[in-house]
Amino acid sequence: MENSVWVAALAAAIIAGTPILYAAVGEIIAERAGVLNLGVEGMMLVGAVTGFMAAANTANPWLGFVVAMLASGAMAAVFAFLTVTLRSNQVVTGLALTLFGTGLSGFMGKPYVGVALPVTFKPVAVPGLSEIPVLGPIFFRNDPLVYITYILVPLAWYYLYHTRPGLNLRAVGENPGAADALGVNVFAVRYLHVIIGGMLAGAGGAYLSLAYAPSWLENMTAGRGWIAVALVIFAVWNPLRALLGAYLFGGVDSLVYTLQAATSISIPSFFLKMLPYILTIIVLVLATRQTVVKHIGAPGALSIPYDREER
Amino acid sequence: MTWIGWEKRLQPSPWMAVVVPVLSVVLALGLGAIFLAATGFDPWKVYLSMLKGATGSKYGISETVVKAIPLMIASLGVSVAFRMLLWNIGAEGQFYMGAFGATWVALTFPHWPAYVMLPAMFIVGCVLGGLWAVVAAIPRARWGVNEVITTLMLNYVAILWVDYLVYGPWKDPQGYNFPLTAPFTEAATLATIPGTRVHLGLLFALTAAVLLTLILWRTRWGYEIRVIGESVKAARYAGMNIERNIILVMFLSGALAGLAGMSEVSGVTHRLQHGISPGYGYTAIIIAWLAKLHPATVILVSFLFAGLIVGGYSVQTMGVPAATVSMLQGAILFFVLGGEILTRYRLHFGRKEVAR
Repeated sequence: MENSVWVAALAAAIIAGTPILYAAVGEIIAERAGVLNLGVEGMMLVGAVTGFMAAANTANPWLGFVVAMLASGAMAAVFAFLTVTLRSNQVVTGLALTLFGTGLSGFMGKPYVGVALPVTFKPVAVPGLSEIPVLGPIFFRNDPLVYITYILVPLAWYYLYHTRPGLNLRAVGENPGAADALGVNVFAVRYLHVIIGGMLAGAGGAYLSLAYAPSWLENMTAGRGWIAVALVIFAVWNPLRALLGAYLFGGVDSLVYTLQAATSISIPSFFLKMLPYILTIIVLVLATRQTVVKHIGAPGALSIPYDREER
Repeated sequence: MTWIGWEKRLQPSPWMAVVVPVLSVVLALGLGAIFLAATGFDPWKVYLSMLKGATGSKYGISETVVKAIPLMIASLGVSVAFRMLLWNIGAEGQFYMGAFGATWVALTFPHWPAYVMLPAMFIVGCVLGGLWAVVAAIPRARWGVNEVITTLMLNYVAILWVDYLVYGPWKDPQGYNFPLTAPFTEAATLATIPGTRVHLGLLFALTAAVLLTLILWRTRWGYEIRVIGESVKAARYAGMNIERNIILVMFLSGALAGLAGMSEVSGVTHRLQHGISPGYGYTAIIIAWLAKLHPATVILVSFLFAGLIVGGYSVQTMGVPAATVSMLQGAILFFVLGGEILTRYRLHFGRKEVAR
C-alpha cells in the first residue's frame, strides 16, 4: 500500500508538470533562435481562455486545443513582428505580451467564469503499457495531451540536434551573421520558431483549462509561464532536461495541493503556496552557477535583434 | 537594394519621440474599441464615461491623483533600474513588502506620536522594499542570475506573505472576517488636502522625481548608472564597480516601490489589506518605458494611467470587465515598442543608393 501512495504522487507530478513542460519546450525552441520571449505567461493565459471558450461552445476539447494553439501562435507572431522586424527590446516586449495577454484573457473570459465544460480530456489507459507495474500507472494512464508530450519532447530534441533545420536554428541563435552568410534566412527562422514556441505555450495553457482543472479562472496560470522560462535555463536549452525539470515542479505543485487538502488549518497554505516560487529561485541560482562553471549557457545571440547592416 | 527598408537616423528624432507615444495611446484605444464593440459595448460611450469618471468631477480628479501617487513612486523606482538595464519586474512585491513594513511599525508601536511614527514607517517601508529587491540583486551581481524571473517570483512570495498576515495573525478582530488589519492610529496616517483624499505621498513622489533627476545628471553615481546602462564594457574599463552598482541601484529601485506601498497604507487605506495593490507594480513598468525612463515624464504619464484606472472603475457599473484597463495598458506598451523604431530609423522607399 505504501507503494501506491508514491505511484499516485508521481502520477500527479506528471500531470501537474505537463502544462509547464509544453511551455518550456516552446520557449526552448524560440530561445534557440536567439529570441527571448518573456510573454509565455500571457500566451498561456490566452491559450487557456480561447481553448476553453472553443471547447465550451463546441463540446469538442480537441478543437479547443487547436484554437488555443492558433490564438497563442498569433500572439507570438505579433511578438516576432515587433522584436524581429521592428527590433524592439525583447525583454520589455515580452513583458508587454504578458501584460496584454493577462488583460485580454480576463476580458474575453469574463462570461466563462464558473462555466463547466461539457466534455473534457479524460485519462485513457494505454493498452498493455498501462499494465506494467509502477511505470504503467505513473506514465500510461493519463490523458491524451500528456501522451503528446512523450512524443513532443524527444521529437524536439531530435529536431534540434539531428536535423539540418535544427542545425540552422541553433546557428541563427548562436551567430545570426554567420548563419546569414551561409544563406540561412535569419528572419524566417526566427519568425517560424517564435510562433511554434508560442503555440506550445498556448497548448500548455489549454492543458490547464481543458484537462488539469477544467474551468476558466482569471490568472489561472499563476506564474507557470514564468516558471517555464526559468526551466529553460535549468534545462540548458535542452528539451530532454526540461522534461525532468517540469516533473520536478509538477511534483512540488501537486504536493502543495495534496498537503493543502490534507491539513485542515488554512494558515500554512500560504507558505505551501510559496514553495514553487521559492524553488524556482533556488533552482535558477543553482542552474545559472552551473552553466557559468561549465561554460555552457544561453544561445550566443539571445535577446539581441539582428540587423543585417550591423553585421 | 529593396524597395522599402529601414535607414538609420544619425540622430534620434525628437519629433518622433513625442508622436510615437501619443499615437500609441490612440491606437491602443482603437484596438480596445474593437474588442469592446465585439463584446456588445458601445466603445465611444465607454471611453466617454471613462473620461468623465476620471476627470469629470472633483471627486474623479482627486481619485485620479490618489491613484497616480503609488504609480509615480513605483515607476520612478522601475525607471532607475531599467536605466542600468536591470529588469526589475518586482515592483509589485517590493510595494507589498514596503506596505508590510510600514504596517508593522504602525501596529507594533501604536503609542508613538506622528513625528516619530511617520519617519519610522517611511524608513522601514523603504528598507524592506529595497531589501526585497536586493534578494534578486545579489545573485544577479555575483553569478548573473536572471533578475526578471527572480524579481517576478518574489512578487508571488510577497503577496502570499501579506495574505498570510491579513488572513491570519494580523486580521482585525472587529473586521467582520474581512482580510484586513486593524485601522492605524491617527499618528500613523499621512495628512490629506482637506476635502480630498490626496495625501502627502504626492510630495514624496515629486521630491523623489527631483532627487532622482539630480542623482542621475548631477552626481558621479548617476553618471556611473548611465554609463553602465549604455555599455557595461566601457564602464568596467573605466574602473566602475558594476556589482556594487547593481546592488545599490536595485536597493534604490525597491526602496521606491516600498515607499509607494508605505504611502498607500499610510495615506489611503490606513490599514494593510488583501490586494492592496491592483497591479501598480506592473503598470509602473509600462509607465517607466512610456516615459523613456525620465523622472519628470514619469510624473506626467502616471496621471494618464491613473485616469485610466479610475475611468475603468467607473465603467464597471456598465458591465465592462475590469480587465479592460490592463488590456489597454498592455496594448499601449505594444504600440510604443512597435513605434520606437521610427525614432531611430526612417522608412525609405525606392532603391537605396549604395555609396561606395
